[in-house]
Amino acid sequence: MTRYLLRRVGQSVVVLFGVSVAVFSIIHLVPGDPVRLALGTRFDQRTYDALVARAGLDDPVLVQYVNWLGNALTGDLGVSFRSGRPVTELILERLPATLSLAFGAIVVALLIAVPLGLVSALRPRSAVDYVATFVSQAGISIPDFWLAIVAILVFSLTLGWLPSSGYVGLTEDPVEWARHLVLPAVVVGTVSGAVLTRFVRSSALEALGEDYTRTARAKGLPRRVVIGRHVLRNALVPVVTVTGIQLAYLLSGVVIVEVVFAWQGLGQLALQAVETRDYPLLQGAVLLFAVFFLVVNLVVDLLYAVVDPRISR
Amino acid sequence: MTALDDTPAGPAEAGQVAAPDEAVGARGLLRALLRNRLAAAALVVLAIFVVVAVLGERLAPYGRNEVSSADKLRAPSLEHPFGTDQLGRDVLSRVLIGAEPSLRVGLVAVGIALVAGVVLGLVAGYYRGLVDDVVMRCMDVLFAFPAILLAIAVMAIRGRGATNAMIAIGVVYTPIFARVTRASVLTVREQVFVRAARSIGAGDLRIMTRHVLPNVAAPIIVQTSISLAFAILAEAALSFIGLGTQPPEPSWGRMLADGRGFIQDAWWMAVFPGLAIFAVVLSFNVTGDALRDALDPRQRSAIESAAGRG
Repeated sequence: MTRYLLRRVGQSVVVLFGVSVAVFSIIHLVPGDPVRLALGTRFDQRTYDALVARAGLDDPVLVQYVNWLGNALTGDLGVSFRSGRPVTELILERLPATLSLAFGAIVVALLIAVPLGLVSALRPRSAVDYVATFVSQAGISIPDFWLAIVAILVFSLTLGWLPSSGYVGLTEDPVEWARHLVLPAVVVGTVSGAVLTRFVRSSALEALGEDYTRTARAKGLPRRVVIGRHVLRNALVPVVTVTGIQLAYLLSGVVIVEVVFAWQGLGQLALQAVETRDYPLLQGAVLLFAVFFLVVNLVVDLLYAVVDPRISR
Repeated sequence: MTALDDTPAGPAEAGQVAAPDEAVGARGLLRALLRNRLAAAALVVLAIFVVVAVLGERLAPYGRNEVSSADKLRAPSLEHPFGTDQLGRDVLSRVLIGAEPSLRVGLVAVGIALVAGVVLGLVAGYYRGLVDDVVMRCMDVLFAFPAILLAIAVMAIRGRGATNAMIAIGVVYTPIFARVTRASVLTVREQVFVRAARSIGAGDLRIMTRHVLPNVAAPIIVQTSISLAFAILAEAALSFIGLGTQPPEPSWGRMLADGRGFIQDAWWMAVFPGLAIFAVVLSFNVTGDALRDALDPRQRSAIESAAGRG
């Protein structure tokens, strides 16, 4: 177990190092002078010199990388070319919106996937199963930004039930927070739910075939107890893994859905950084996404090894 | 990346399931696909879209940018079955003409990922050792970025446009091809016919291309179909945010973005291009799953790969 843990953590550190090099390179791969490009028509020599000095762009590349990495490790991601504010601050501002959407979407996804996957596993190769399989296949094929537009058209513009866009902080107004969250969370959750349904189905099918399920049935436990306590609980172990990966994906910002709902999250921030050629901001956001993804994956893998000791052997 | 990825997904069997005889294999495969009614329907849909993409303008009732200022934002009618947009252009014609750029970007992007990924996976799996470590760790790094964000970052460096979108999406999907190929190569390289080829003095290049590659084809074919689905989705997404195909060329993602601004007055502008994307992506996913059932039942399905698409 310890050996597995060390190996897995070591692997992540190596990948993280690679990620940092890749993200650092972004600003150096841009053809031309990134600061000049970012300033565009608002160019003036003093701002230019200040930004170049702050980003350390006159140093040798290796020195730049070491400084950049050192700063990043202490939480300093540089200064935005556009607003002159610290990148870390800009990112932290956007975190609540992204966290709200990610967790909201995961809840919706599980509400869809667990019942649908379980029902189709209990009646494999029935009409219900085929419909559920097709629905989940359709779910991953729908462009989420299109679903978002259609949802806005139906539920906010036509029926007028929910607001069409914007994010309201939980602490400002919990009711409005929830009302604004419903549509984006349902849109994003539908797509994630489609992915999860397939996993719930296959792992429930597996649990149904296990000896302990047969034993539980043979000793005369009611069907409800067999399914709830023996099948579902065991089936959910691999589902937790996939839910974790989905969560990592959602935390990294569902970029385009955020744009459609004018949701002030991280994904939208990253896109804004691309549009305004704000490279330090883009680097900060991309680095954070990759770290999120790696950390969540690592935690999920380790948890999985704890739950199922066969993995670490 | 995850515990699930590490489970040996049966490429061991893949090699043997794929018929070595190409001609019989291809015909048998088509027959197997057509037996599955859903897959047959998906193939028909794809065939229609390919025809539309090839014929494009010749099929469209109006020109790609034919403007009729008297017919702005007209609802669907006999004259304009999908309505008209804010400039009075026929939406049906633009959906038909938009098939070509949308499919082309996805196709070329997957082509790039396929070639780069298969070469890298083949070399890594065949030589093992340091080459393997270096190549696969690089793939892990690429894999650590959420797909759409990596594409956006590549486009931030290289600039807007359809060509850069192809490169960006190609980079994003290279690691998955490398992984799938390497996993299969690892099992095939230990088999008797590879050792036999080596013992009669065949060179590495010959063994890789003549003996290993044909036997790892099955999972790669499946991955290609699934990747086409996601690549077309990614192209639409990039064009939607204005980074991909540039106006006035009609691409489905671009049309959706235009339609979004007029959603209250002209729902048809956004609904029809979206349906076109949905139909193509769904067809590729269904085909991919059917191919997997026929070629390599233990490989992960489209949906399971989607779990890692973030």
